[in-house]
Amino acid sequence: MLGRIRKLRAAGVVGINERNRGYIMPRNPRALYGRVDDKVETKRLAMAAGIAVPELYGVIRSVHDAKDFVRIVENRTDFVVKPAHGSGGKGILVIAERRRSTYIKGDGTALSSAEVEHHIQNVLGGVYSLGGHPDQALIEYRVKFDPVFETVSYRGVPDIRVLVYRGVPAMAMLRLPTRSSDGRANLHQGAVGVGIDMSCGRTTYAVYHDRHIVEHPDFGTLLGGLDIPGWDYLLLLAARCQDLAPLGYLGVDLVLDAELGPLVLELNARPGLAIQIANGRGLRSTFDAIDAAAPLPTEAAERVALARRVFGATAGS
Amino acid sequence: MRKLQVLLLAALLVTASFALVYYKVTHLGLPLLPGQQEPVWSVEAAIEFDGLATATVVNFDLPDDLGAYVLLDEFFVSRKYGLNVEDDQSDRRAEWSTRRASGRQRLYYRAEIAPKAIDATSQPQSNDAPIPPKKPVYPEPLQPAVQQILSDVRAESANVFTFASQLMVKLNDPAPDGNVMLIRGNIERGSAAWVERIIYVLAGARISARMVRGIVLEDRVANQSLIPWLEIHNGKRWEGFNPLTGNKGYPDKFVRWTVGSGPLVEVDNGRNARVSFAVSSYATALTKVASDRAEASASWLSALLTFNLPVSTQNLYRILLMVPVGALAIAFMRTIVGVPTLGTFMPILIAIAFRETEIVWGIALFVIITTSGLMMRFYLERLQLLLVPRLCAVLVLVVLLMLAISLISARLDLDRGFSIALFPMVILTMVIEHMSVVWEESGAGTAIKEAIGSLFVAVLGYLIMTEEHLTHVVFLFPETLLALLAVFIMLGRYTGYRVTELMRFKDIVKDGPSDARPHP
Repeated sequence: MLGRIRKLRAAGVVGINERNRGYIMPRNPRALYGRVDDKVETKRLAMAAGIAVPELYGVIRSVHDAKDFVRIVENRTDFVVKPAHGSGGKGILVIAERRRSTYIKGDGTALSSAEVEHHIQNVLGGVYSLGGHPDQALIEYRVKFDPVFETVSYRGVPDIRVLVYRGVPAMAMLRLPTRSSDGRANLHQGAVGVGIDMSCGRTTYAVYHDRHIVEHPDFGTLLGGLDIPGWDYLLLLAARCQDLAPLGYLGVDLVLDAELGPLVLELNARPGLAIQIANGRGLRSTFDAIDAAAPLPTEAAERVALARRVFGATAGS
Repeated sequence: MRKLQVLLLAALLVTASFALVYYKVTHLGLPLLPGQQEPVWSVEAAIEFDGLATATVVNFDLPDDLGAYVLLDEFFVSRKYGLNVEDDQSDRRAEWSTRRASGRQRLYYRAEIAPKAIDATSQPQSNDAPIPPKKPVYPEPLQPAVQQILSDVRAESANVFTFASQLMVKLNDPAPDGNVMLIRGNIERGSAAWVERIIYVLAGARISARMVRGIVLEDRVANQSLIPWLEIHNGKRWEGFNPLTGNKGYPDKFVRWTVGSGPLVEVDNGRNARVSFAVSSYATALTKVASDRAEASASWLSALLTFNLPVSTQNLYRILLMVPVGALAIAFMRTIVGVPTLGTFMPILIAIAFRETEIVWGIALFVIITTSGLMMRFYLERLQLLLVPRLCAVLVLVVLLMLAISLISARLDLDRGFSIALFPMVILTMVIEHMSVVWEESGAGTAIKEAIGSLFVAVLGYLIMTEEHLTHVVFLFPETLLALLAVFIMLGRYTGYRVTELMRFKDIVKDGPSDARPHP
């Protein structure tokens, strides 16, 4: 056990306790949490800053208005329902297809409009929100993900999580839904995480339920060696999100839309640590290198350049 | 800087906590182990005399400084007599008076006493040195004898105490010489008159000496009388001496009752006054003795002793004070080990419920209720109800389930089943609701893992909270919670890995960056 501790420390692996006390507490001021925890607010800030986000069709704020969702999605064939204060992908309902008043979920199950309404009411009641407080429901554009990930993704939307430390992208991974994650891209729900070489945007290791894998658990396709299209722009987008919410330890979730290109899905003030397993390396050396480069550039593009340098320099450590 | 501050704060808390515990153990004799008992002695003085059918006043010397003992309580039993306790500078006397006393009269005084706490000495407390006595003018046949014996003893002694001791050895010599015979006269050795005679001779060397009379505690002994003893002052302190051997010290279990040669009892208008003592002992919980002792010594701490609270409040605090200790199990399991639990304090609330139901039944009932509640919750989910009414619906079902279990166990004569009623049903409802949300969102695996984790931590918390020694110490010494506070502060600064993370991140170090990448 002591040997394992020594090895993990040597690899610079950051644990939950250290993440909370060493990075989240000093770097993320509580007052700014509202900006990332409230997805309506995040969207508003992003749009104001000219950062591309999935289009918001409407917000449902009270139980009375729950049935209004029918009116909101009147002219849409597909949409997504999200709690404004959800976390870990909880409470997200993806409707891939609407046939009159039948709603087909991402996984193919059909729902009646009453069932969709019930889901919205659960969202409003706070079932999926942090702390169980009453919440709002967002109805927004359903991302049509880029076919590049078609062979490695089981339904759902694959996304790219970039961990941005003090405005500098520190580590990234591709998150792929699996059968066991029920189409969701959250690793603790059974999605696959694939580490990304920051310098070139090519995937490296993959992690599934905290263990290294080589092939996708559902398709058996190789997960390493994939090239993420538009990687430079993705990094720039992630770095710019720091300007929306100046949190020093920020998770940025990006998607590649087939038609609209990269979009910012949401921000996270407490991003998880499985990204380290996906990349096969600890976060600490990267964080230390970024700290050492202070004062950090104000231009997002310069921060991306710094991220590349840091990643290359700390790769062997 | 902040680190130093935390360390200092923790050190301060631990020191304060231990200092208070130390004081309470040494000065009040509070026991660190539960169930300890200490003997309390009951000394009863019976005063008897023949009344002369007229107004009568009885004056009785009450014990003041009991040597190695402390007076916990005293009782006066005296029908038809008025009582007045005169307190004249550490010399208390009881005065009973009546208009008319005829026939044999009996008055009782009872003192409850206990040994002083460990570090207390048996030295008399008064520090002021007495004025040395004037050299008496001895009558003619005695004068040369005393002179001779004093100068003999002086040659063989180094200080006041050895001088007095030597003198007593000489006076008690089984083969006395002429001088000793003369001094002894026809005084019975060991009597009060004998002690007074020794004091008389010591005055020839200008040594302050006094007689004390006391009682030796021996269980179930009636009709004892006071034993005269000698105390000698060497200019600094009083020291007891055996008037028969000259040995320093007091008899074992000696309680000093009265100092000086004054009468123990004086009766105005009474005859044949007699005082006899009866001693008995009984065991009392050490905590009670310590509490009485604290009160008797007017310690400021006695106001802070938890067992001075009303019993019902005490019982409440016996549980309440243990809650933070149980929380230690949560803090440890969550931050150091990384066991997942439903909510933060849920396990401790379950653990408190286990106190009432007993552990095995508690776990069984908990599992039964949560599983059936969960099943019903999934059914209610299909009815698509709003959150709060659905929670309340689960609550109704939980209450009915509890009732059903009680009814069934009544049928089966299992009285343990009734204890289900002691489970806080709101907590059960919350557990069910929380679990079902986790179940839905993170899968059955996570939900069951969290439920088992909570149950595990609850059992651990229960075992800690009901540990006999621990409950005893925390209840008697609530200041130990300050040390616990320090532990929590230190735990809050812990940034090391959790035990579960050693497993979680295993693969990073197993085939980490040094190994060939699958796709470079």
